[in-house]
Amino acid sequence: MSWFLQNSIVILLLALAAWLAFAASKREYWRLAAKEVAAKRGALVCGVILACYLFVALLDSIGWTSPMRDDQGELLRNNSGEIVYDQGESILDKLLKPLDRRREVSYSAPLADKNYTAETQVTEDGQSLRVHNSLNHPRGHLLGTDRIGKDVLWLSLKSIRTGIIIGLLTTLIAIPFSLLMGVMAGYFGGWVDDIIQYLYTVVSSIPTILFVAAFIVIFGNGLPQLCIAMGLASWTSLCRLLRAETLRLKEAEYVAAAKALGTSSWKILFRHIVPNVLHVILITTVLRFSSEVLAEAVLTYLGIGVGADTMSWGTMINDARTELTRDPVIWWKLVSAFVFMLGLVLPANIFGDALRDALDPRLRTQ
Amino acid sequence: MLVYFLKRIAYLIPILVGVNLLVFGMFFLVNTPDDMARQALGEKADSPEQVQTWKELHGYDLPLIFNADAPGLQKFSETIFCKKSLAMFWGDFGNSDSTGKSILGEIQNRVWPSFALALPIFLGTLIANIYLAMKLAAARGTKLDRAGQFLCVILMSISSLIFIIFGQYLASQKLRLAPVSGFATGLAMTKFLILPAVVGIITGLGSGTRLYRTFFLEQLSQDYVRTARAKGLPEETVLFKHVLRNALIPVLTNIPIYLLSLFTGNLLLEKFFAIPGLGGFTIDAIAAQDFAIVRAMVFLGAVIYIIGLLLADLAYTIVDPRIKL
Repeated sequence: MSWFLQNSIVILLLALAAWLAFAASKREYWRLAAKEVAAKRGALVCGVILACYLFVALLDSIGWTSPMRDDQGELLRNNSGEIVYDQGESILDKLLKPLDRRREVSYSAPLADKNYTAETQVTEDGQSLRVHNSLNHPRGHLLGTDRIGKDVLWLSLKSIRTGIIIGLLTTLIAIPFSLLMGVMAGYFGGWVDDIIQYLYTVVSSIPTILFVAAFIVIFGNGLPQLCIAMGLASWTSLCRLLRAETLRLKEAEYVAAAKALGTSSWKILFRHIVPNVLHVILITTVLRFSSEVLAEAVLTYLGIGVGADTMSWGTMINDARTELTRDPVIWWKLVSAFVFMLGLVLPANIFGDALRDALDPRLRTQ
Repeated sequence: MLVYFLKRIAYLIPILVGVNLLVFGMFFLVNTPDDMARQALGEKADSPEQVQTWKELHGYDLPLIFNADAPGLQKFSETIFCKKSLAMFWGDFGNSDSTGKSILGEIQNRVWPSFALALPIFLGTLIANIYLAMKLAAARGTKLDRAGQFLCVILMSISSLIFIIFGQYLASQKLRLAPVSGFATGLAMTKFLILPAVVGIITGLGSGTRLYRTFFLEQLSQDYVRTARAKGLPEETVLFKHVLRNALIPVLTNIPIYLLSLFTGNLLLEKFFAIPGLGGFTIDAIAAQDFAIVRAMVFLGAVIYIIGLLLADLAYTIVDPRIKL
């Protein structure tokens, strides 16, 4: 994907989020909910951690290409005289460049000053010795390096974007389907409801993991494919929730009043029903976020996730699986992926619970 | 009762047809037999003749939905839709694209190892979840309850991959309690199944306990609980006799769905511990890009789920006398 397109999408999504937040801040209901979440210290801390992860993912999503220069600092041109551009880097790439450049030969433990593997050296008097060579950057790797000598901290940080994209984009893809169909089924009833219920019963009767498997076998591995597959498999549950919520709202007095005034059905749907089911969407997005992040790792391990060339915690765990059998144990890559993943999923779970309690007391688990 | 049962079955037929059409659309319209042949043959050998030979060999050389050259009813029966998609309704899953073996035969062989692993996981999870949820519900509002709930959230936040990798590392490599992976028939299979089963139970502990706890708490706020307490019944009796029975209704009625879905196997555990079940079968088929097997497993998974749904519905009407037919 070109950087221009990617940057535009990111900015568009940010603008949408900002607009929604602004619109919500004007409503008493959302303000009270925000206050309730902020009053819980645990939820607030979790929210801040989530914001940090989101910020890193954002830095890794905006980038640009720069013209390549030769050794003299002159602009590089191709045969027809056009300026040659590099592949482009995100802001995070530029910030982490010092870390990325610290390459080693192979494995090294966290903060070690010697290589993990020993090399045979022949001394002057003909004896061969097993020596652990010094690292290129002794004590320069907080979380060690992996098999090809890449810094594990760098890998973990670069994987954040994949995790966030899986967690958010999957639900984002499902929302338009779910919202339109759920609200229509609930409001119009009758044959519209029958058709939509039929559709989601058919789709939801295929087990998610098998649906994703079929989709990936057909379209190949990759982050976009995985997001679309999981989105298509998961719109049904949100659709069902929205249908139920609309059925409830349909009986509300303000809907009856709007009807009595002769407002058209579509206008009632978009002015009165949709704004009042948005909290269901937000709760579902946040609560589902963590399970999508976890699912990515499992699916990648099964060979139906992101490809091996996409940096993600799933690929890290997959690479590191056999490293536990080495002696001494190579644990740092596995543990790093695990800790970074837990650092995202645990706060998401806690924050999601707090958000649900604040927004929809009926769903409260006490 | 019988009328209701028949009505429910009649309602399921269009859903089954819908699933069949969806599977057909995904595997033959989106990804045509030509695409399939090219994917199977690879980039080096995908000349039109080779594609045609591959299609003839695997039975994909018929028209998709309408065969204009065939006489009479064969216009419809001599098509890919009828032979490869509709045929799955009467158990004809065809042959594997990569090995040529009968898929139905493979399924029959592999369903039992899957079941042998899934059943102890299912029972263990159910018992552990109910027990722990009961303990938490009994201690509601105390520090124990809060700590338990927090532990559940932590368990839910840990990837199941971590559980199986560390489980194998600890139990097999460090403590040498169980074999790393593999399978055997008869009683010898126990030692191969115990580690994956324990890992499977731990994986489901967090979310299950939390969910069941809400079922119990829902019941605890009901009037009959207050009445039972007012009668002077000890808290233990109230919990284990009155509340347990009512709280288990949503759990028990869903058992058919879980129980039947056990047959399709656990993809992750079976692959990791090399158990020759249906989950492993599916994963191997995905790696080999064997569309016939993936197609069959997707359809089978959906059919099993739909039958489970029907049984759950019936179980509900039996367990809860308030539901009138």
